[in-house]
Amino acid sequence: MVKSFPGVQALRKVDLTLGCGEVLALIGENGAGKSTLMKVLGGAQPSDEGVIEIDGRAVVLETPMDARQAGVAVIYQEFNLVPGLTAVENIFLGKEVTRLGFVARKQERQQAARLFQRLGVEIDLDLPCRRLTTAQQQLVEIAKALAFDARIIVMDEPSAALTSHEVARLFDIIRDLKTRGIGIIYISHRLDEVFAITDRVMILRDGQNVGERSVGQITRNEMIEMMVGRELKDEFPPRDVRIGPARLEVAGLRRGRDVQDVSFSVGRGEILALAGLVGAGRTETVRLIFGADRRDAGEIRLDGNLLAVRSPRDAIAAGIGLLTEDRKLQGLVLSHAVRDNFVLPNLNRLSRHGFVQRRHAREEFGRYADLLRIRIPHQEQRAANLSGGNQQKVVLAKWLARNCEVLIFDEPTRGIDAGAKYEIYLLMNELAAQGKAIIMISSELPEVLGMADRILVMHQGRVTGQIEDARRATQEQIMQLAVA
Amino acid sequence: MHHFIKTILAEYSMILVLLLLCAYFSVVTYSDQSPAGEAGAEQVAAELQKLRETPLVFIAAGRQPDDAAFAARLERDITANGARVVAVVQGEPKDAREALQQIAAAGGTIDAVACTQSAGAWLVFADLTSDFPALGNPRLITPRSYRWPNFLKTENLLNIANQIAIIAIIAIGMTMVIITGGIDLSVGSLLALSAVLAARFIRDFAGGGNASAGGMVLACLLAVVLSGVVGAFSGFMITRFRIPPFIVTLAMMLVGSGLAYTLANGQSIYQLPDSFIWLGRNADLFSLPNAVVLMLILYAMAHILMSRMKLGRYLYSVGGNSEAARLSGVPVQRVLMFAYIASALLAGLGGVIMASQLKSGSATYGNMYELYVIAAVVVGGTSLSGGEGKMLGTLIGAFTIAVIQNGMNLTNVESYTQKVVLGLVILGAVLVDRLRHPR
Repeated sequence: MVKSFPGVQALRKVDLTLGCGEVLALIGENGAGKSTLMKVLGGAQPSDEGVIEIDGRAVVLETPMDARQAGVAVIYQEFNLVPGLTAVENIFLGKEVTRLGFVARKQERQQAARLFQRLGVEIDLDLPCRRLTTAQQQLVEIAKALAFDARIIVMDEPSAALTSHEVARLFDIIRDLKTRGIGIIYISHRLDEVFAITDRVMILRDGQNVGERSVGQITRNEMIEMMVGRELKDEFPPRDVRIGPARLEVAGLRRGRDVQDVSFSVGRGEILALAGLVGAGRTETVRLIFGADRRDAGEIRLDGNLLAVRSPRDAIAAGIGLLTEDRKLQGLVLSHAVRDNFVLPNLNRLSRHGFVQRRHAREEFGRYADLLRIRIPHQEQRAANLSGGNQQKVVLAKWLARNCEVLIFDEPTRGIDAGAKYEIYLLMNELAAQGKAIIMISSELPEVLGMADRILVMHQGRVTGQIEDARRATQEQIMQLAVA
Repeated sequence: MHHFIKTILAEYSMILVLLLLCAYFSVVTYSDQSPAGEAGAEQVAAELQKLRETPLVFIAAGRQPDDAAFAARLERDITANGARVVAVVQGEPKDAREALQQIAAAGGTIDAVACTQSAGAWLVFADLTSDFPALGNPRLITPRSYRWPNFLKTENLLNIANQIAIIAIIAIGMTMVIITGGIDLSVGSLLALSAVLAARFIRDFAGGGNASAGGMVLACLLAVVLSGVVGAFSGFMITRFRIPPFIVTLAMMLVGSGLAYTLANGQSIYQLPDSFIWLGRNADLFSLPNAVVLMLILYAMAHILMSRMKLGRYLYSVGGNSEAARLSGVPVQRVLMFAYIASALLAGLGGVIMASQLKSGSATYGNMYELYVIAAVVVGGTSLSGGEGKMLGTLIGAFTIAVIQNGMNLTNVESYTQKVVLGLVILGAVLVDRLRHPR
């Protein structure tokens, strides 16, 4: 496969074979060409050169419809479901079962129910998809693939938004699909999963296939080295821990059923991790601290002073910054220049009499771009055109420039490649060393163990446990509290 | 300079379309022009001076106001230069014949017959030496004609600017609203409401036809402010209750129009002093109409606001991603309120200008204006999905629409056909923009 975009060669002669009933892991840093390869297979972007053969027959995949007819299903990270339609309607979208021009709803419903039965799951067929959980939506996507007899299923980061319980069930389903002879391409950043579920691993770097091994014949560190193209010393940078008195204290935080009586404190120079499954109320808790949602009850103190946080504006004024988990929807104005994004929370400081001081803004962003090593051709670059790691760094720069006293990182390294991850970790350590209080939410347990000084575990809106010495904690310990 | 032009073209690609349209209409309206009125008189006077020290001049012109201006100016100019005016005829060819016969009978001679272009074609002047041998050998002098596009005549260009001023002013507010990701359908009705309010305040409280300047200013200000109050109400419904702007402003469009008709009792309010037309029809600065001057000032201010000020950044960020803006500490609701109030205030101002142009207030004003205003904004390159757009682009968009309308009037395109063409041009302009910046 060869595929070029203006200025970028996304795929340079990549060969890929997939056997019946095989699970192939496709790994690589962001920008390595995984998504492009997937889009070529899904017919979303035709390749410039190359041939695709399925069961020995050459096929042309120029539109998503071609791919579907050839038996290739692609499950994108942000699903392709119409949010207002039910699971049944989504599954049969584009190939409705009809009788005399009318949709045969009863028949569709039965077929859908049978599909879910085969998958061994139960899903409310009458709810619009937007009200299903992420895991359920993913199952709808899988059912959709099965409904048109897909022989090849490509999954892009299928576990990104799933709890470990849900991931386990997904693996069961994948094993089941294997026994039916369906080939699966599994794209993931999580190497643990590669070992857990896949048979073979293919590593992409800069649009090239840099290695292909059976899973049994490669170690985790070898994979990372092949991905980044250099030797990896340590995933997490070391740090001197010096924790001072409490800076941020919250007591009795409450909002509906999402957050129930949450209290904790973070000290000067401390990194506190909030662990738990997706939906445990971690994001909801920090949104209350930041004033993004209104709290029903609870007190927030910074350095002993009670804060009246009623909006993000209040929180920011008090010195609290939040790096949201969803950069694209909440962290950045994607269509705007990166510098304008950087300037947004800092406008009060960077303007005089209502006029933006453009020279200051340019110089200051230049400084932070150098400091964080944000790779951009120019400051007017649209945020949408940046890689995930660079986007996260722009968001980080926004808050660093505000000189926040408390920084909340919600899934700071989601969808970011290993090199950028390490840089973000370094920055978090640096901030802690400066005496800031840091809260980190992460669903990746190794990250929680590697970075945090103290771990707070949540389950169903409540704090279910605390691990004082994070260095000696184990993943099992956290999981037990998380499912309590 | 080179760089500057490149930037302008990149940011405002519509300016090319506008220039092409201007070029096109210039070519198709290229035609004979004859200076009339005072301009014609000046030219003829200069010609006469080359003739002789003190020529004897016979002046002829038709009955139109332009002709009178020609005759009066010419007589004044050449007498000052030392020429002697034998007779001035304003009327028909037969009047000129009678006058010439009288002069000939009295034994007088003339050196030149100076007349307007149309009078120069009168049969009586066709062969002066044979028809009136007694007069000597007079020369016929008329303003020389030249070729120039009707479209590019100063009056016509000013006319375009004056016609579009109201739509362009309202489009400033609409651009802000659309950049925040909203829409304001109520501007046409607010224009009418404000025109009626201003006219009624002047008629009922400021003394009607004898109103003082201060009274009129106060009445107009009040009308604009009341229009702003309606905008504040729309903004409140949108921010507080999260009703889509389309619905809120659609409702306010009906409310505003209904109020305007009620307040005007379904009639036109014309009991206004003559001086009320100052804003709409007078031209005090470099012969630019006052409304156009006001429009240019407002655009300069709005451009600075959008490109240089904090509030401008906030408007863009709210439209680009309102959640990201909120989480960055932008006071989203206040920013939205500002946009809708500004839009309503400018619609109110448009109403006052229109009342001044037409020297009356009526609820029928501004019908369909919201659509022309939105068209100007969109043609100017502002994205209806919010977050992107340029204030000066809107000005270019407004002028594009005005030039098309004006050009079609000059080339005698039927008004129904004009609508069809205008609709297609709007679509084409946006299509060009889409093709240039594919998403």
